[in-house]
Amino acid sequence: MTELLHRYGPLPPPAAPRGVVAWVKANLFQNPASSATTIVLICALAFAGEKLFRWAVLDATWLLPGSRIEDTVACRKTGAGACWAVVAEKYRFILFGLYPFDQQWRPAATIAVFLALFAASTRSSWWNWRLPAIWLGGFSLAYVLLAGGILGLAPVSEDRWGGLPVTLLLASSGIALAFPLAILVAIGRLSHNPVLRLLCRVYVEVIRGVPLISVLFLASVLFPLFLPEGMHISKLLRAQFAIVVFIAAYLSELIRGGLQALGRGQTEAAIALGLGYWKVLALIRLPQALALALPPIVSLFIGFFKNTSLVMTIGIFDLLNAAKSAVAEPAWQGFGTEAYLFAGAIYFAFCFAMSRYGLRLEKRLARPS
Amino acid sequence: MRPIAIMDRPTAVTGARRQRLEQLLVLAVPVLLIAWLAANTAANLKAKGVTTGFGFLAMPARMGISEGFLPFVAGVDSYARVVAIGLCNTLFVSVLAIGIATVIGTAVGLSRLSGNWLLSRCAGTFVELVRNVPLPLQLLLWYQTLLNLPSPRTAIQFGGAYLSNRGLFFPTVSAATTLWLVAALLLAVTLLVGLRAAGVSRRGWRRRLPALALSVVGAAAVLLAIGEVELDRPTLRGFNFSGGMAISPELAALVLGLSIYAAAFVAEIVRASVVSVPRGQWEAGRALGLPHGRILRKIILPQALRLGLPALGNEYLSTIKNSSLAVIIGYPELASLINTMASDTGQPIEAIAVLMVSYLTISLGVGWLLHRCEQRLALAQR
Repeated sequence: MTELLHRYGPLPPPAAPRGVVAWVKANLFQNPASSATTIVLICALAFAGEKLFRWAVLDATWLLPGSRIEDTVACRKTGAGACWAVVAEKYRFILFGLYPFDQQWRPAATIAVFLALFAASTRSSWWNWRLPAIWLGGFSLAYVLLAGGILGLAPVSEDRWGGLPVTLLLASSGIALAFPLAILVAIGRLSHNPVLRLLCRVYVEVIRGVPLISVLFLASVLFPLFLPEGMHISKLLRAQFAIVVFIAAYLSELIRGGLQALGRGQTEAAIALGLGYWKVLALIRLPQALALALPPIVSLFIGFFKNTSLVMTIGIFDLLNAAKSAVAEPAWQGFGTEAYLFAGAIYFAFCFAMSRYGLRLEKRLARPS
Repeated sequence: MRPIAIMDRPTAVTGARRQRLEQLLVLAVPVLLIAWLAANTAANLKAKGVTTGFGFLAMPARMGISEGFLPFVAGVDSYARVVAIGLCNTLFVSVLAIGIATVIGTAVGLSRLSGNWLLSRCAGTFVELVRNVPLPLQLLLWYQTLLNLPSPRTAIQFGGAYLSNRGLFFPTVSAATTLWLVAALLLAVTLLVGLRAAGVSRRGWRRRLPALALSVVGAAAVLLAIGEVELDRPTLRGFNFSGGMAISPELAALVLGLSIYAAAFVAEIVRASVVSVPRGQWEAGRALGLPHGRILRKIILPQALRLGLPALGNEYLSTIKNSSLAVIIGYPELASLINTMASDTGQPIEAIAVLMVSYLTISLGVGWLLHRCEQRLALAQR
């Protein structure tokens, strides 16, 4: 008997059923509860989907002759669906804000510069001296494009900047400038100097304990009072400063986590090789700590990319504020939903792409261990 | 915890004096910076002739407040009361949003792990959509949607409630009836406690809940029978409703936006912590013959809670801080009231100080509470 069994060896498991019907049965109708869920969900989705499709496509108004009150009457009829005409009419205002109309290729080019910058940052072979150099170059280019004044570009003052370029500028330079500060604070919190440790801890705890909005108020209202007579900082720069100080507190915690997660052996080996404190830090500990902290840093950046929309509370024309102002004039009042959905789609595209990249990064960094 | 101080050279070489010098030097930088800023501010304020100090808190406030739990009369009540009303509203909105977010988030997080493909896809889409769009935008979207509802004259009616662009109005019982109900409840509790003290009933408090509910319903029925229940119904007067209870569009939009946003993050936390409970726990439960739901409730979720609590606590804290976004849609909570107060009194420094200290107190307090919870839930270390 046993000999017989040995001769044939173990049988392979029965083949999993294939085909659409089998898949549906295994994934949608496994048991009565699951079947009921599926049926209820399909009904709900069909009902909501039909309503949404009717509103967004069938009953929607796509184009209107103009931007006066009499033109938008068509959108105000009872039973009218979405008024996408507000997007068709206002998309340049939402994207570029009050930037001079004939010069709007410049903010468009700025957006392209930032996209290229993000794409370049995903190349891990450039994660050395090149990355800061690329970002510095990218920022200079973006600033020159927006501000003008040289290379034959007409100067445009900062209070006319608006829309997506401002959102990108605030978020990207926010995190870029927060990095050096965050690294210093993280080192400070691990220092052997108790006074320095305490100071860094107070900074981090206070900033993390208050909402961003209060720091923005502080920067926009109190900064002019803090500075000596005659010294003036523009509103955009003040908001930027607030964002940098805010991000740095959160970032320093991530970097500190990375530094503490590092094995002691790394440091001890480096000391044994005769490296000094700063060399151990710059060549051994920080690079590894940053690599460890990279996935949470990506999600932090996504969070702050969204949070820059708070600058609207202090009157800066970022993407969201531009969308809000686009529907402020009487002709377009009440069509906020359409304008916000348009702005929301742009935010979604950026954040979704970044979160997918973060997931990929996490998988790649997790593999070696 | 004392951090690992690397490169701590022997003190004999470094010298205690040098260390003290270093510490002084480090302290000098912020002290000098603050002194410089303070001097500038003092000079600027003097030049503008602005009064300083927190004396304004006792002065009557001229600003109006649209809703709150404490009575407020513009021009009579003080700014201190404005701050108190703001604080109450912030806490109210936060607690409500956190509660709703926890329920929705847990449901969505568990749905994402469901074996039903359609359910898990729907939950996944919800999470991705909500997480990747800024909260201020979502708040504005909700607010706009609520403002696009019909006007009070053509309000949507269901039961005795009206839904319009001025908010949701629904009937409530009058103050006298509420008093009767509370009295009945108190009587029932006293009776039950008395019975227990007399040793009549030794059952657990859970078993007593139905009895309690029954007595309240009985009391309500008696009151109804003798015609004591007065309903306060909303009625249309002019362009708006009066009477009954109302939920303003601002409050509804804020609570909706905050709780849905937080729910997406709570869902991710729930999913991650359920996944990180070892598989053996599921298998052991199944081997014992427990049904799926019971394994989840009695074995998996308690362990997942312990794993997910720190992240959940952080999410709750950020929901409290996010409630300050009410500034955008004009619900009178702490940040938006203090913002108005700052421009009203012309003393922004003090106003922002009050704002920051309030939030810091809430954050540190809630943080401490969560820390205590974590300690209580932590496994006993042998």
